[in-house]
Amino acid sequence: MVLTGVRANTLKPYALWWLVFLLPLLPLAWLFDQAWNMNLGADPAQAIVKFTGLWTLRLLWITLAVTPLRRIFQWGWLQRYRRMLGLYTLFYAVVHALAFATFILGWRPDLLVRELSERPYIVVGSLALLLLIPLGVTSTRSMQRRLGARWVKLHRLVYVIAVLAMVHFIWQIRSSFEDQLLYGLILAWLLGYRLWIRRRSAKRKRG
Amino acid sequence: MLIKRRSPLKSSEITPESVYVNRRRFMQGLAGTAALALTEGASAIPAYSLDKNQPQYPGPDWLQGALRASERNEAFSTDEKPAPYGNIITHNNFYEFGLGKQDPSRRAQEFKTDPWKVDIAGEVNKPGIYNLEDLLKPHALEERIYRLRCVEAWSMVIPWMGFPLADLLKRFEPTSKAKYVEFTTLQDPEQMPGQRSFFSTLDWPYVEGLRIDEAMHPLTLLAVGLYGNGLPPQNGAPFRLVVPWKYGFKSIKSIVKIRLVEEMPGTSWNRTAPGEYGFYANVNPAVDHPRWSQATERRLPSSLFSPNIIDTQLFNGYADEVADLYRGMDLRQWF
Repeated sequence: MVLTGVRANTLKPYALWWLVFLLPLLPLAWLFDQAWNMNLGADPAQAIVKFTGLWTLRLLWITLAVTPLRRIFQWGWLQRYRRMLGLYTLFYAVVHALAFATFILGWRPDLLVRELSERPYIVVGSLALLLLIPLGVTSTRSMQRRLGARWVKLHRLVYVIAVLAMVHFIWQIRSSFEDQLLYGLILAWLLGYRLWIRRRSAKRKRG
Repeated sequence: MLIKRRSPLKSSEITPESVYVNRRRFMQGLAGTAALALTEGASAIPAYSLDKNQPQYPGPDWLQGALRASERNEAFSTDEKPAPYGNIITHNNFYEFGLGKQDPSRRAQEFKTDPWKVDIAGEVNKPGIYNLEDLLKPHALEERIYRLRCVEAWSMVIPWMGFPLADLLKRFEPTSKAKYVEFTTLQDPEQMPGQRSFFSTLDWPYVEGLRIDEAMHPLTLLAVGLYGNGLPPQNGAPFRLVVPWKYGFKSIKSIVKIRLVEEMPGTSWNRTAPGEYGFYANVNPAVDHPRWSQATERRLPSSLFSPNIIDTQLFNGYADEVADLYRGMDLRQWF
């Protein structure tokens, strides 16, 4: 019994690590399979950009869910996977942006300039990606140590990024706001929960 | 005894001058091909060899003879290469069947399009509800290969089978009060899942409209077929409008009502977002959609690593034919 207990403590995180490492790759693998088998329809470019964008949003929301879930369910072990989820968000965002520039714009300089200056939702999306990069770069443990308290401040940028991503998403509504409403409500809860915690702890301090 | 009095001259016999002048210009513009047109103006449609793995849409029995007898109108057809059949029947904006481009081809297959009734109403001397079969019977079909430019900045080349809307409208004798034509798509939430959605910003049924001279223009087509076959449900069966110089959303699908009216009708997208979609919706590279540019378009199908990006043309390349309709109008104001 003692042995299995030890094993569970050491093996479980290891297996979990692989799970968290492999699961976010599944959507991309599915996309490759669909593209390879010409299953993405007459406009695969649009399909790829839309799909990778949606998964960027999902991974960002999942990353932001780590703290509330950890606190509510006492899942302390969740914390150690937050970095990986955050890096996957960055990864999908980069794939999304590269797919747009390659498959939709063909890297035509005039179109790149036009899109980045004229289409407001592209500007907002690009800004979100731009802000995400320093978070990815400073995600290592050594950077975390080196930056100390400033690291926490810097990484609060993720809230700004989430709001920008949401605006980027809302700005594309054409005839249905179903998805935007769902993602918006979840984000409202993710951010609202944090505000609520802050207020509560501030009150306690005063009390 | 009550005898219906008829005016000596039916208003439908008066061709609006703009249409007349325009038709003449259209022919002049085609002077180069006029000689050809005499011999080849209408040529038999090549038998399309459609992929047998694709679903087949022969059309209703009573239409198949007319489809087979139809000829290509070369003068009104582009010589650009049509998009493959499989692309045309799986890439559709038909929000009654879902928002995804492939949703209509997946969810419209059980859509009942025969028998079909059409209500001809408003400012006409012969209003009534007609069976589609009776409505189409007098009209010979022809093939026209048109460019279709979507407001979302993609485009396709599509070989439609159909006949001019003007020929149909004239039969019902529009009165002098008929200044606009309003078209309505079927509303049937049981068959159309998109109409059951709680989150749609579009109101159902879908409504579109044309000015009477636009409706009477020889390029304006009522389509009942595609690629030598019937019209698939996802492409707007049993019959739809095709206005090639306007953004695709003007080309309303699965029409159940054609109403001639005196005032400009409210149209679906215009009601939903008046700042983004105008009544006219003429293809114009110089007038951007507020959220994106209309200067270029992606011609589909397009390869992933070298996207087929082309410059969008004024009136989708039909300016010689239709520019006169808008002479003196500020196209920025009347977008």
